[in-house]
Amino acid sequence: MHIPDGYLSPQTYIPLFGVFISAAAIAIKKVKNEVSARNIPYLGMAAAFSFIIMMFNLPVPGGTTGHAVGSAVIAIIFGPWAAMLAVSVALIIQALIFGDGGITAIGANCFNMAVFMPFTAYYIFKLFSKNTSGKSRVSFAAFISGYLSLVMAAILTAGELGIQPLIASTPDGKALYCPYDLSIAVPAMAIEHMLLFGIVEGIITAIIVNYFLKTEPTLIYAFRNRDKNK
Amino acid sequence: MLSETEIKINKLQKKILVILLLLCLITPVGIMLPAYFNAGDAWGEWSAQTVKELVGYVPAGLAKYSDIWKAPLPDYDAKKADRSIIHKSGYYIVSGILGATISYIVMFLISKLIVRNGK
Repeated sequence: MHIPDGYLSPQTYIPLFGVFISAAAIAIKKVKNEVSARNIPYLGMAAAFSFIIMMFNLPVPGGTTGHAVGSAVIAIIFGPWAAMLAVSVALIIQALIFGDGGITAIGANCFNMAVFMPFTAYYIFKLFSKNTSGKSRVSFAAFISGYLSLVMAAILTAGELGIQPLIASTPDGKALYCPYDLSIAVPAMAIEHMLLFGIVEGIITAIIVNYFLKTEPTLIYAFRNRDKNK
Repeated sequence: MLSETEIKINKLQKKILVILLLLCLITPVGIMLPAYFNAGDAWGEWSAQTVKELVGYVPAGLAKYSDIWKAPLPDYDAKKADRSIIHKSGYYIVSGILGATISYIVMFLISKLIVRNGK
């Protein structure tokens, strides 16, 4: 899901840079008061975790590869704003040092995996966990949260790639950037994430949320916030 | 105020750090599994050369921008002559530890700079 350089037109990647930078500015304000100082090491670990988990490429036999992102579990435990910053840090380091994801696509990749995905995951978790902290309900909600948020982020990424032939083509119909349109990009990205990578993201999310529920339940942002709002 | 508060690593955090290190050591699974199942690039992450093989031409914008950035360790690899899976795995693990450590430090410093909740 790391869009490389040359796949997005400037008409696409420049606005997405703008959206990402605005979102990050809000995240900085939110994290300022939401996160307590003693939890700072956790945020560092969250960024490291996201970096590592994305290195576990999983194969679609004879086809493409993909991976989990970790945004869902980070959003549930530390909140979507903190998740946004942690996953963005991992993505920017991947782009700068390891060439995974383009420099021009940093805004798009951060928007898809570090802004859209954690917020989607967080609200799906809230919706399905229904204010209970029962183990099976939480596991179920965490799985659905990880699964759907990754699938939806993949479809969003496919959408950005798939509109390129419409935005930028030569007069003789050759694409300037991503050559595949929506009719190819969306099914390709959606199906592989629905059948494999989303399931892995869901399982990872459920296992880790469950572990924190057992060992450090007061830390979990999705539950803490619920009590505060009452 | 906050800068004077010492940030201590607790027991759970120590445990997580150990798990993260162990995960780094098994990252080569992420190159071995795709190799075993004959799976290639992620969808939409092909090189310009591969795009040419797929659609018959290299889109002009793609040709122009695809090499805009020279990453120091492209693809978590040192791209040395020895292409054996053992060497690749070694570079993959080093990249994992390096990338995870930098991610940790950068996020830690950013958080330390912005968090103003001393609780």
